[in-house]
Amino acid sequence: MFFKDDDFIALDIKVKKCSKVYHEGDVIAGVVVFECKNDVKHDGIDLTIEGLVNLQLSSKNVGIFEAFYNSVKPIQLVSSVLEIASAGKMPAGKTEIPFEAPLQACANRRLYETYHGVFINIQYNLHCDLKRGFLHKDHGRTLEIMVEYKKQPGLPAPPKKDTSVNFTITPESLQNVNDRSRVPRFLVTGRLDATVCEISKPFTGDLIVDQCEGEIKSVELQLLRVETCGCAEGFARDVTEIQTIQIGEGNIVRGLAIPIYMIFPRMFTCPTLTTSNFKVEFEVNIVIIFGDEHIITENFPITLIR
Amino acid sequence: MSTPRSQSLWEWACRIAPPVTKKKLPSEEVHDHPLKPMTITVSETRGASKRLGTGTSTPTPSLVMDPLGAALDGSDPLSQFAKDPLTSDAWDATDSQTTKVASSTDEYMEPWHTRRAVILNKFTTSEKLSMVSSFLSAGEKVVRAQSSVSSIVRTRLEQLDDYDDGTMRELANLTQQEYIIRIEQLNKQLVHNWEKDSRVNALRIAIQCSALLEDTSVIQFYPSKFVLITDILDSFGKLVYDRIKAKAESKIMSGRRASTTLPDNFTPDMIPEEAKEICSNWFYKCSSIRELVRRLYVEASILKTYSFLTKAEFSQALTRLTKMVRGIGDPLVAVYARCYLCRVGMSVSTINRQFLKENFYDFLATYHQLFSGPVRSVLNTQKVDMCTYLHLYTPALEWIVQGLAHNAPESLLVEILSRCYHKGNSALLLNTVMTSFRPSYVSSRALYFIELISACNTEGYPQYLLFKSLGNCLSVAETESPLQVLNEVWKVISKLEQPAQYIACAEVWAHFIVTHFSNHEINIFLGDIILHMTPNRVYEQFYPQLLNIVDKVVTNCADFESLFSMDKFLPLIDMFHGETIKVNVCKSIMAAYMSRGSKELSNDPIVIDALMFVCRGMHDSVSVLTVEDEKRQIGLLISQLVRQVNFGQDLEQQLSYFVEARAAFTNLDSVHSTLVQCVNKLSVNTGRIVRGHHTRKTASFVRACAAYCYITIPSIFSEYTRLQLYLLSAEVALMNQCLGQADACLKAALSLVPELPTSIEVDGKMRSSEPYLTSYISHFLSLLLIVPDSPQLGVLYLLRGLLNVLKHYTWDQNSSARIRIYLYVIDMLSTAAQETYPYSIRKVDSNDVLYGSDPKFIAEINSVCSGLIEEILTHLKFLGSSEQLHKQAALAFDLFIRIVIRGDLTSPGLATLALNLWNLANKNRLLDSKLAGRTVEYLKRRSPTQGVQQNVYNELLNKLGS
Repeated sequence: MFFKDDDFIALDIKVKKCSKVYHEGDVIAGVVVFECKNDVKHDGIDLTIEGLVNLQLSSKNVGIFEAFYNSVKPIQLVSSVLEIASAGKMPAGKTEIPFEAPLQACANRRLYETYHGVFINIQYNLHCDLKRGFLHKDHGRTLEIMVEYKKQPGLPAPPKKDTSVNFTITPESLQNVNDRSRVPRFLVTGRLDATVCEISKPFTGDLIVDQCEGEIKSVELQLLRVETCGCAEGFARDVTEIQTIQIGEGNIVRGLAIPIYMIFPRMFTCPTLTTSNFKVEFEVNIVIIFGDEHIITENFPITLIR
Repeated sequence: MSTPRSQSLWEWACRIAPPVTKKKLPSEEVHDHPLKPMTITVSETRGASKRLGTGTSTPTPSLVMDPLGAALDGSDPLSQFAKDPLTSDAWDATDSQTTKVASSTDEYMEPWHTRRAVILNKFTTSEKLSMVSSFLSAGEKVVRAQSSVSSIVRTRLEQLDDYDDGTMRELANLTQQEYIIRIEQLNKQLVHNWEKDSRVNALRIAIQCSALLEDTSVIQFYPSKFVLITDILDSFGKLVYDRIKAKAESKIMSGRRASTTLPDNFTPDMIPEEAKEICSNWFYKCSSIRELVRRLYVEASILKTYSFLTKAEFSQALTRLTKMVRGIGDPLVAVYARCYLCRVGMSVSTINRQFLKENFYDFLATYHQLFSGPVRSVLNTQKVDMCTYLHLYTPALEWIVQGLAHNAPESLLVEILSRCYHKGNSALLLNTVMTSFRPSYVSSRALYFIELISACNTEGYPQYLLFKSLGNCLSVAETESPLQVLNEVWKVISKLEQPAQYIACAEVWAHFIVTHFSNHEINIFLGDIILHMTPNRVYEQFYPQLLNIVDKVVTNCADFESLFSMDKFLPLIDMFHGETIKVNVCKSIMAAYMSRGSKELSNDPIVIDALMFVCRGMHDSVSVLTVEDEKRQIGLLISQLVRQVNFGQDLEQQLSYFVEARAAFTNLDSVHSTLVQCVNKLSVNTGRIVRGHHTRKTASFVRACAAYCYITIPSIFSEYTRLQLYLLSAEVALMNQCLGQADACLKAALSLVPELPTSIEVDGKMRSSEPYLTSYISHFLSLLLIVPDSPQLGVLYLLRGLLNVLKHYTWDQNSSARIRIYLYVIDMLSTAAQETYPYSIRKVDSNDVLYGSDPKFIAEINSVCSGLIEEILTHLKFLGSSEQLHKQAALAFDLFIRIVIRGDLTSPGLATLALNLWNLANKNRLLDSKLAGRTVEYLKRRSPTQGVQQNVYNELLNKLGS
């Protein structure tokens, strides 16, 4: 080696809120922790707050190559840079530099909730950069923060509408069946307590297998995301699974209500979102698997709110 | 240099002391002495109504607890260790609260960990088991489990039950033991991973373990599997709980620097944000577990952690999980999941017990599933019968119902009974209710229960089990109309055709019958048992049960002695063939008899005959191969019986009983020695009755007693016992003026001495027998003093015999025990030379009277003494030559004392000899100078006041001082 590089530099960002959840307009407060063995010369430390919506076209809707190249340009929601230390020298040892930065949307934009999907990602990052001169490596560190919509305490809660759904599944109610004669006789009734759901509350309901001549292997609850991207060629709509929760295992007893209960996973769900360029929506499937591997599925679109 | 000079220079003569008038020692009255048993004085403060003066304390003597006995009662310390120490660690924390609750309430609920061991012992299998886990080395890779849902997009959420790392392995063909070892390994892995900070791995192990509970492939092992796996889950839950608690505590500490530990009853608002965040993270992780059973178990295992979040959350979650169990199709898996939920729920004391009821009623709602087609087909493929299958439910169901019944009012029993009654096949439920509810509730409704039991006819669940449970309740609690209950029950039980079922019921009901009914009914009961057990000699298979019944009868029966007059009791005992079992029966009868207190002396020939019969049974089992401790126990029991039998004034019969006993129990040393003691006691008592003046009849009787002893002693094995007993018998014989018998005993003792082994075993170590022998011979000598010489055998015949024996006894080369004994002999002989002896036996003329201090007799004594002193001097020389100077000094000093005190100093040369010995003792300054000083002082004080003696004595004293 020609240059003796500094043996050890560590950079870390710590925010005060341990949950790392912020609302629009909040001030993000924290420290940048800088640790090195020897004194380090640098050209300044910057802190960037960046919020992006990344859209990607699935290969189902466009060709593979287009999918690869034609990623839609990301939409920037937040972008601000903060110099937390000007060029100079860092003393050896541990240095903590406190910072405070407002979480403010770019002009003409508003903040959406953090969401990690397959084709759509909404992500907010704090990025800290230690710039160093020529011949030296720059150092950086990224920390993701969560953004949620604010619950406005001042406003009265919107009047609760009963959005519950009662459902009945029978062989006759099924669509998309090839050979109806092979479907066993059954009657499944149930109820979803709400189809407009608060994201922080569990999704609830119950289900009764009133009768079923075959053996049941499993009853499952599937949470799906429906992601729609607008692009030059039109819309690309993709449905993918987020999670599946088993609510009935084995040949469950007939006539007894079994509970439907699911907690919406954080990050992978967000309030239902519709914008001019893209949409994020959710659906729930109730899946009944019979002993002979027959699967019946009942689909319910749901709206998530905060 | 003053070595003792040769014999010719001195001559021993005993000093004849003038008769001493007896002085009374000063005495004062005392209230305490060291041998009095320790008592605790409890003073009671009386009510104010009493007069002031009468408010004295009432001492209530209670023996301070014997430390040895204390160790024995309660549970056996060995079996306490038998429970698995590894898993019990995990228990301490989770159970501490349960036990606290239990102790604070009046009713005791059996804690889980005692049940745990029972389950593990009961539900075992010889089938091969298999398990799937990614954390065990070895085993075949399994094909990745296909998810049942078609869309395959995997998200990071699924990483928890991710099979992608390819390390998922299946271990098949495990025996039960191997399986347990593997689970143990998983447990260690979990803790290990946790300590390594890889908490996700720890969670994955917990999930994989819960997954094993989905599998009912070897169904009869399922309860044990449940126990093993919930152990792991418990330790996992505890780890999570402790970590969050530690987090919260460290946060609080850094904030305030004040209290570092959370109080036990902390509230959620005391918990810092960060800890809550971690907490809810755990629950988010759990809620995304796909499979129902795994999600349920893992969430239940960390349920206690909810207490960090909000107060109400815990019970809400419990209710929610209770509902969730409904989704489990397999009734067995479901009931165990409920059991686990109840266990977790009950570990938090403040919780409302409502969820237990919900769980039980949910189970009732699914009860019909147990008898449904799918379950039957599973049982068919696994070749398990319905009865075994239903028994698998018992532990879980009992736990739930017991939790429910714990401190519950009687009304709950009524409510539950009415619910169960309407279910078909309710035997399992009824049984659980009977075993779980307070026995008094059940027993007060005994007749109603009998009705229910007779009405329910469950396939696969035999009725006798229900009667057994009912019997258990009734043996603890009272019922109103025992006779009616018994009649109703016995109608059914006596019709049971399977001997196993019959005896199981009889065993349980024995307690009820024995406590509630008279001998007449007991006799009928025993007769019924004999009737059922006799065909085809089936009783041979049920010895433990029969033994139990006998035990219950003998311990609880009100009138013990009339037991033997029943015509069915002894035939029942007769059914026990085979050595060991017979001995056990005999032992339990004897132990029961003895535990009734020693005051109950019996002289009923029927009872004695029966007990003798029983004891003979025990005795006859003793053989060469019998263990020492077994012999000891049997010996103890028989000895106790021998001591108990008392014919009162009928001495002849008493003696003939002892003769009979001797003939019956020939093999046991301890019984023989007891017999000799008893006969001696009898002899002494006889003497006491006639106040020492024997008539011809009593004289011949006591002689017979002495003869009995003399004959019996040689059959004892131990030389020590024999020696002691000879001496004792000689003393007793002498007391009863049987001189010849006393002489014979003493002679026998003397001839036995050479056989005494030189070393004895004490507490497993070999010790020299010399100290024992020395003390024995001192005792012997003190008796010898008053034994009159036999006219045929010459003067001091026995003493000469003793000396002869001592001379030829093989002494240890270096010991001076023989010489010490010679010193004692000198003491004894000097006393024998006195005009009257210090003690004597009434109506026995000792040598003082016989010889009247005849000079020939004195001369004889003196010559023997001279011989002894000569021996001692020789030994002193030997000690000097072998450089054992300490011993030499001590011995010389002792001999000096003897000469000065016992000897007549006017006898030629004796004073000089004494002086020489004194010098020898002081020669090397080995003697304690204080002792020497005190001795001189003492000698000065007791100097004789007159005669020639005084001059010599004083002269000697003067020389000593210089």
